[in-house]
Amino acid sequence: MEFQDGLAPAVDSEDIILVPADDVREHLVVVGNGMAGCRAVEELLARDAGRYRVTIFGAEPYVNYNRIMLSPVLAGEKTFEQIVINDRAWYDDNGIELIAGDPVTAIDRDAKRVTAQSGRSVHYDKLLIATGSDPFIIPVPGKDLPGVISFRDMKDVDTMLEAADKGGAAVVIGGGLLGLEAAHGLTLRGMKVTVIHLMDTLMERQLDEAAGWLLKSALEGRGQTILTGANTEAIFGDGKVEGVRLKDGTEIPASLVVMAVGIRPSTALAREAGLEVNRGIKVNDHMVTSDPDVLAVGECVEHDGNVYGLVAPLWDMCRSLADGLTDQHTGYKGSVTSTKLKVAGLDVFSAGDFSGGEGCEDIVLRDASRGVYKRVIVKDDRIVGAVLYGDTVDGGWYFDMLKREEDVGEIRDLLIFGQAFASGGGALDPKAAVAALSDDAEICGCNGVSKGQVVSCIEAGNCSLDAVRATCKASASCGSCTGLVENLLAVVLGDDVASGPKTMCKCTSFTHDDVRREIVAQNMRSIPEVMQLLHWSTPDGCSSCRPALNYYLLCALPGEYQDDQQSRFVNERMHANIQKDGTYSVVPRMWGGLTNPRELRAIADVVEKYDAPMVKVTGGQRLDIFGIKKEDLPAVWADLNAAGMVSGHAYGKSLRTVKTCVGSEWCRFGTQDSTGLGVKIERMTWGSWMPHKFKIAVSGCPRNCAEATIKDFGVVCVDSGYELHVGGNGGIHVRATDLLCKVATEQEAMDYCAAFTQLYREEARYLERTAPWIERVGVDYVKQRIVEDEAGREALRARFLYSQSFSQDDPWAERAAGQHAELHQPLAPIAIAAE
Amino acid sequence: MTDWIDIGTLADIPQRGARTVQIGGEKEIAVFRTGDDHVFALVNECPHKKGPLSQGIVHGHSVACPLHNWNIALKTGEAQGADEGCTPTIAVRQEGGRILIARPTALKAAA
Ligand code: SRM
Ligand SMILES: Cc1cc2nc3c(=O)[nH]c(=O)nc-3n(C[C@H](O)[C@H](O)[C@H](O)COP(=O)(O)OP(=O)(O)OC[C@H]3O[C@@H](n4cnc5c(N)ncnc54)[C@H](O)[C@@H]3O)c2cc1C
Ligand code: SF4
Ligand code: FES
Repeated sequence: MEFQDGLAPAVDSEDIILVPADDVREHLVVVGNGMAGCRAVEELLARDAGRYRVTIFGAEPYVNYNRIMLSPVLAGEKTFEQIVINDRAWYDDNGIELIAGDPVTAIDRDAKRVTAQSGRSVHYDKLLIATGSDPFIIPVPGKDLPGVISFRDMKDVDTMLEAADKGGAAVVIGGGLLGLEAAHGLTLRGMKVTVIHLMDTLMERQLDEAAGWLLKSALEGRGQTILTGANTEAIFGDGKVEGVRLKDGTEIPASLVVMAVGIRPSTALAREAGLEVNRGIKVNDHMVTSDPDVLAVGECVEHDGNVYGLVAPLWDMCRSLADGLTDQHTGYKGSVTSTKLKVAGLDVFSAGDFSGGEGCEDIVLRDASRGVYKRVIVKDDRIVGAVLYGDTVDGGWYFDMLKREEDVGEIRDLLIFGQAFASGGGALDPKAAVAALSDDAEICGCNGVSKGQVVSCIEAGNCSLDAVRATCKASASCGSCTGLVENLLAVVLGDDVASGPKTMCKCTSFTHDDVRREIVAQNMRSIPEVMQLLHWSTPDGCSSCRPALNYYLLCALPGEYQDDQQSRFVNERMHANIQKDGTYSVVPRMWGGLTNPRELRAIADVVEKYDAPMVKVTGGQRLDIFGIKKEDLPAVWADLNAAGMVSGHAYGKSLRTVKTCVGSEWCRFGTQDSTGLGVKIERMTWGSWMPHKFKIAVSGCPRNCAEATIKDFGVVCVDSGYELHVGGNGGIHVRATDLLCKVATEQEAMDYCAAFTQLYREEARYLERTAPWIERVGVDYVKQRIVEDEAGREALRARFLYSQSFSQDDPWAERAAGQHAELHQPLAPIAIAAE
Repeated sequence: MTDWIDIGTLADIPQRGARTVQIGGEKEIAVFRTGDDHVFALVNECPHKKGPLSQGIVHGHSVACPLHNWNIALKTGEAQGADEGCTPTIAVRQEGGRILIARPTALKAAA
């Protein structure tokens, strides 16, 4: 997304922007292409799109992106493309000139001109300064060494990623939000991270001591070293960073040092232009500076003595600013901020003043086993502050009451148990909780969306989480408010929606379908990523969601996804069926049920060589060798491989067998070569992973000796061609197939089979066989996709074959060649010498 | 005093997986490594019908038995949820990247 066309263009000092002669609109020039600058323009466009001609200067060579999402980019959970807020098309569509990679260096207020580094100079009617903040660099020796960086923009993230690629150790100076996010990301990227924090409590501005301690122990549990009360004396190194020395003499080696000790409003430009500047650029309630034609917004401003370092206040500022520019006069009244964060996947919330003091009472709840700490600070029956750790669902409720200065005298005793409890009910009902929030209560902190806005968005017909995300942006960034938005959907749309399909398992509030859709939509690439982005409530899932996620990812990313062995049920991990005594059974593939002397001899040899107690003909027309020990499996497979046999996948959620009957080759009733077709189909489909096991059969005539009408895909040959049947099931609930259609040629039978298989692979839920799947979606739907939609069928078939090109390596051959030997071998046996 | 036996390194066990170890003529022991790199050791037998727990799916600090999906707490060996039963645990510790397990008590008594 980095685009070069805006990079430092060589121009003379004159205004090179060609303005149509009849464009008499006032020119708004914005300095700073960051979160506040662009949001202000968005607000302005929403009110009066044509009113101003807009030019935006940005020091960074990018389009407008979501700065708070740099942490997920660092952690490898998002790509830069995914955090872009407004892409190039937005600028183009709205006629906005973006000059990226060219910082403004001077403002001439008399001539009403700004000049940029490249020499480009532009006239303005209104100027908006939105330069954000500069990271604060502590003045210690070595601070300028290569390898010492801050954490503010995409460039810093790139530097960190480069360092992490080389591995080694990193030091993060500063245990505030930014520092901890940097440390978390670098840890996930494989670096050994030490956090140096001057204060005794991490995030002391947001957390009290108790919550800070919980956070510290949780982070230490994840392998970080956290030094609190530690004072940096120097950064040392010869030509590049080699480590950090503390005042007490301790030296910590590091190839990367991230300074995240704080930020300062970026005011140099305004100060040099003679604008009134205190800690930040001084603005009034409409974000106007001491010069009526110059406005300022974002972290660079000071309003009513306050400067802000979080996004929520910026949204309020941008609204007041746009109101002012379009002659609606609602002024900014300052913001009370709350912080709701996920630091390293841990939920933290704080709001207001929690320093305590005269007349303040603390209400505290600790639940050690759940790792929960809650503290609400009350003064004169009003909430003045709150700190929550581990369970932050009530953060919004406390914050709402705090902002509205509501009298909580009546519910004081119940307050700490949360909204659902305090407002009666007793039982936790999250829907009642969101229903009770006021309309201006903030739901999505990242994008500044209130409850009222979400509700009107839903009422306007956006009835799903995705639609809400796409329309009003609530829950579209960090996702920590997803639960709230879902509850709002339920409240607005009634219980029909709320009682939708079951969630995947107790680790998540999402259904199978939600998870599959999001995996594709957000291009997720690993199980930990899915769990992180979809807020799994357990650290690494359970035995029901892990195999499902593994399959969904495998299906979505053929050839790219790195299969997770540990998320596979034992049979799929061992490529054999576990038996009640812990031994395994081995079923080699016999294409279409055919075999020959060489295969039979090899099987007979294996049975003898490994003392297999039993060998049996299976219901799927294969031979099953029982009682093989896990240690012997690779050797058994090597012997079978040598005779040309591969895994029969009798153990997998995968294509099992293609049963055939004798067919026209021999049988006096046979109409087509059912055996030959079965072999071809098995060659095409073997090795494919599925939501559940998948069985195929081909019968040579309607006598149907291969039992094709109780198979997932069945072919019944007739004189004029091939009847294709789907959705049959023997087993627990017998279901005969539905007739899909009839085709004339073998090739068509194969093509429809591939397309049907892929449709099932892509759309069924994990552990749902074709029979219940078809009952759920209806056979008409399947016909429409496979029979009527020719192009769709062709695309499904192509996707199946593409995926197959990666899955037809015999898993036995890999093991026989020594891969994953540890799965078959115990740790070195230990003989204990008699004492 | 406990006798500690060095059975290998953390890296020898797959994360969210297990390896088995046989000490003397004792029952097979399953040594588990969790997602957060804790190590636990249990007799490799499910309290239900002696399923080989080492072959189960490890999640959090539990393992799902491969035979009938009982969930066993790795720390205590107790079956969780509605199921009842307990598998004996063996003390284990990590030291300088090595894994040490306590010599099984039965063995000690016999020695
Ligand atoms: C070996 C075999 C029995 C035999 O000796 O003939 C067999 C053995 C097992 N079947 Fe079967 N089924 C076998 C053919 C069948 C058939 C017949 C067929 O495929 O034509 C059916 C009915 C057709 C169907 O699936 O619709 C069948 C319906 C089941 C079911 C019920 C499935 C259902 O949807 O209701 C299960 C249970 C399950 O999968 O959850 C099952 C499960 C099992 C398991 C895997 C039970 C388990 O989890 O351990 C058995 C594994 C034994 C082993 O270790 O090898 N087996 N099983 C057959 C292997 C066929 C092959 O060569 O791969
Ligand atoms: C890693 C990270 C994580 C964060 N997480 C959170 C969070 O979870 N919650 C939260 O509320 N806040 C968070 N923040 C803070 C949030 O990002 C800021 O509050 C917000 O970006 C401020 O917006 P802004 O427009 O004022 O400044 P910025 O977004 O920094 O935009 C200013 C832009 O102006 C450009 N600029 C500066 N000088 C010039 C010049 N002379 N000419 C042209 N362009 C110039 C800068 O390059 C920059 O692109 C986080 C910040 C970081 C860095
Ligand atoms: S019918 Fe039952 S006992 Fe027989 S193989 Fe199938 S699952 Fe096992
Ligand atoms: S043997 Fe473990 S659950 Fe049955």
